[in-house]
Amino acid sequence: MTAILEILGLRKKDYADYAQTSKGQFFDFPGGVHPPENKKQSSEIEIRELPLPEILVLPLGMHIGAPAKPLVKVGDRVMKGQCIAQAQGFISAHVHAPASGTVQAIELKPIAHQSGLDDVCVVIATDPTSTEIEFMAALNPDEVEPQVLMNRIHDAGINGLGGAGFPTNVKVSAKRPIQTYILNAVECEPYITADDRLMRERANEIVQGIQIVQRIVSPERTLIGIEDNKPEAIKALRTAIAEMQLVSTKDATIDVIVVPTKYPSGGEKQLIQNLTNKQVPKGKLSADIGVLCMNVGTVYAVQRAVYVGEPLISRITTLTGDAMGERGNVEVLIGTPISHVLNVANASSNELSRLVMGGPMMGFTLNSSDVPIVKTTNCIIAGTAQELPQPPQEQSCIRCGECEEACPASLLPQQLYWHSKHREFEKAESLNLIDCIECGACAFVCPSHIPLVQYYRYAKGEVRNIQAEAIKADKARERFELRKERLEREQAEKEARRKARLEKAKQKKAAGGQDSQQDSKVKALKKSMLAASQEYKNTVKAYKAADADGADNAEALRLAMEAAKAKAAEAKEAVRQANAGERASEMTELEKKQKQLVDMAINNKVLAAALKEIDANEEREDSDKSEEKTAKEAELKALQEQMLALKSEVKLLKAQDKAAANKESDVNNVNAKLDVNLKLAKAEAARAQKVFKEAKKALEAATKSGADNLDVLEQQVAKLKQVAGSELSKMMDLQKQMKESKS
Amino acid sequence: MALVHLSSPHLENENATNQVMLKLVLATLPAFAVLFYLFGWGVVTNLLIAVFSAWGFEALMLKLRKKPVWFYLKDNSALVTGVLIGLAFPPALPWWIIVVAVGFAVIFGKHLYGGLGQNPFNPAMLGYVLVLISFTAEMSRWIGPGLGMGFELTLVSGDSVGLLQTVFGGQLMPDAITAATYLDTYPTAFADLTQKSVQQTNAWVYVNVAFLAGGLLLLWQRVTTWHIPASFLAGLLAPIMVMIALGYSEPQSLILMAFSGATMMGAFFIVTDPVSAATSKHGRLLYGFSIGFIVFVIRQWGGYPDGVAFAVLLMNIAVPAIDYFTRPTAYGHVSAKSKKGES
Repeated sequence: MTAILEILGLRKKDYADYAQTSKGQFFDFPGGVHPPENKKQSSEIEIRELPLPEILVLPLGMHIGAPAKPLVKVGDRVMKGQCIAQAQGFISAHVHAPASGTVQAIELKPIAHQSGLDDVCVVIATDPTSTEIEFMAALNPDEVEPQVLMNRIHDAGINGLGGAGFPTNVKVSAKRPIQTYILNAVECEPYITADDRLMRERANEIVQGIQIVQRIVSPERTLIGIEDNKPEAIKALRTAIAEMQLVSTKDATIDVIVVPTKYPSGGEKQLIQNLTNKQVPKGKLSADIGVLCMNVGTVYAVQRAVYVGEPLISRITTLTGDAMGERGNVEVLIGTPISHVLNVANASSNELSRLVMGGPMMGFTLNSSDVPIVKTTNCIIAGTAQELPQPPQEQSCIRCGECEEACPASLLPQQLYWHSKHREFEKAESLNLIDCIECGACAFVCPSHIPLVQYYRYAKGEVRNIQAEAIKADKARERFELRKERLEREQAEKEARRKARLEKAKQKKAAGGQDSQQDSKVKALKKSMLAASQEYKNTVKAYKAADADGADNAEALRLAMEAAKAKAAEAKEAVRQANAGERASEMTELEKKQKQLVDMAINNKVLAAALKEIDANEEREDSDKSEEKTAKEAELKALQEQMLALKSEVKLLKAQDKAAANKESDVNNVNAKLDVNLKLAKAEAARAQKVFKEAKKALEAATKSGADNLDVLEQQVAKLKQVAGSELSKMMDLQKQMKESKS
Repeated sequence: MALVHLSSPHLENENATNQVMLKLVLATLPAFAVLFYLFGWGVVTNLLIAVFSAWGFEALMLKLRKKPVWFYLKDNSALVTGVLIGLAFPPALPWWIIVVAVGFAVIFGKHLYGGLGQNPFNPAMLGYVLVLISFTAEMSRWIGPGLGMGFELTLVSGDSVGLLQTVFGGQLMPDAITAATYLDTYPTAFADLTQKSVQQTNAWVYVNVAFLAGGLLLLWQRVTTWHIPASFLAGLLAPIMVMIALGYSEPQSLILMAFSGATMMGAFFIVTDPVSAATSKHGRLLYGFSIGFIVFVIRQWGGYPDGVAFAVLLMNIAVPAIDYFTRPTAYGHVSAKSKKGES
């Protein structure tokens, strides 16, 4: 069959014999495509080092998981190998300084990401004169415990260098036993030769790295999956393994399995299927079926971390593309700006039309060359417009089925396309849209040039949005229903209270007796009040008339008027009290307090008005005035304080009422209580703060005017400050509690 | 330096839809040559009328649908429809029959459903079936497929009626025989065989071999996959082989089944129309086999002599159901039973 394919020109026969795949060792996987490889342009040149760039830009999220937390400040001096940002949480990785220098900035900078978004980066101005190095101590992997090796991987900030950048220490510390450890040396993307070159030149180190991982996870077997288009790397690996096994006493073997060149055989899931004939079930990890997959570059980094003590501060990256002047592979410091790389490699900025990070099938275009090389950057393609032309206009899908033949995940790409295009996301989901690995094989073969992957990404995003919306809507509905329930209950309670009052009034009327006695008392009081006010009015009239006439008895009339006024006020007060007494028996505590508050507010206004009046009254003596004024001010202040206290009491009562009402709803109970307490605490804190501030102001005023009771005042202020502080901390505690309970 | 910002992949296969279509047209060349040799210029007039009217209707519909005319004409799908209809008809057919067939195919079969890729039915077969059941007399008037006989038709002068008069003037061909078109020629040929009219039978074998050759070109160029042609032939030939084995039929009928009528044209050029076919590999196998079997049934017991067109249209309706039941198992969705088998 192979011979026929070769004759038909469907299969190239330029691979040496030892690279021949041997059937029975691999199982193949469905689909796949054969894009032009374009690897020779960079694979035949030795790895070279790049000169030190002036600055290094280190994003804190180069791995999957939580971003690292910076340990350095702007202006700090850092040494090569020093940990500058610490892993946060379980899935995270450290970041180290790739070269000595000074921290220039910690700020948002554009990074290489599909989204084109910025991320927090530590910018280091490098110091070319410095030779300081802060590496960890070298370890002998055979003499230390596996846990030590695992910690070392964590300390070295290693994450997967091949794809998504999953922290390696998390991978190797999987709880499940690993039967098969697979080294992914496939490198199936066109153009990229970083792993190829690394294997050719540093095969021994890679094998040592494999042995370190073997010691940690103790797999039953170890396989290296590699495509048959890398004969020299295969040879180098086999030689290194043979040498290693001569000196090693361990019986763990490493098998190099050569697989046919086919994109995307380097996809983790595809490689696992190809080598073990097992599929990673949907929603599970490879560890769940006892497989651990690791990239060549990652293993090399592990070897460096253990044998040299060097953290992950550099990697091998392929520089290629027709606009790249000097192609090949470079050992580049993490954080090196791509503009620096392009400069050194003499890239032609005139010809450069598309700058791709990663391979041409799954890599993403960069908007600018200012972004840095990160831990996962395996390739930079500086493509010309001829090499990577603009795609032709999208034509109609003719359902030819090429995409289905190419799909390595056995999906139905054209159906997914129809549904994605017509926004039938549920249908797309039911056709397992989420299992699409976005390898681009379908879009590559599409004769109508439909950007299928773009449609799938869009649909996936929409599906995620819809799911998020659904969750949000559910929560909102729950909240709304609880609120409605509460309002209805409150309404019902109010109604019940109203009815009760009505009933009581009726009873009162019916009973007559004692109640009517009280009623009549009030009525009598009212009558006397009216009479008193009438009398007062009369006296006022009389006085005014007498005054105008200049009568002799004006003064006497004035006195009478004053007396009448006092009497009227007294009568009024009596009525008011009687009324209050009557109503008080019906009022709840809250209502009483509210009433009181209203009264106080009126008083407050009255006092304030009086103060103003005093100020306005120019005729009076100054000393008199100030005396009265201070007295009134003090009164006003006291009243205000009382009011504040009362207000918070009212709030407390209200909140208690609310809490009591909420008790029935289980979901919000705890939160609501906390909420209430928090609100109370907030009010309390605000009040304390206000009091403290006022006191402070008073103190300042006193200091200015040189009063003698300064120390007392100071003490008071200090005390108030303390109170305010403690209230504030109480409130913060509550806030924290609230957050916890919510999460 | 303005950098292009595009979604991956950044590579494209050289494959293009208009080229796929063009290759399909080119692959009909051997069959065209044989038909021309057998029936003469009447084949050419058929083709020209069909192709130009297909382009005309396509352009008209694109204009009416406010689509870019030239961009969609370039995809060559109208050309394919025209060529297939042109080759399927009896030679020197009156022009209006062809125009009606092509018009129905392009307007009703394709654009009213939303254009290329949206049509549930094979447009060429829709047009063909429309005129087959509407103008039965004209559709079964074949000149004798004598070697070189057709060439006489080219002589417009002389005592015989000219080709152009037949096509455009409504004249009947004097030496036409009434026979089935080769999309439904099977029982006629079979009858001829029993009458030892070997010459006529041989003519159909030549046509079929030519279509087979074109079909192999398509497979080689990966314009189509083997699934549909192979399953179609299996569906057609397996039952007759069973009948032969059981003694219900003569061994020659196998050759007749395989190389008469529209067998090979259907297998490689009609049933394979991807737009109206099933999607998945398994679906395509089922789809092709079903069509083959229906053709066998129509040929053996049906009222129409052949029936590729009917079989195709019938199975077009069944495609959504086939697609539903033949979804491939996506990666990571392996069912529990196959897992058990592994462990």
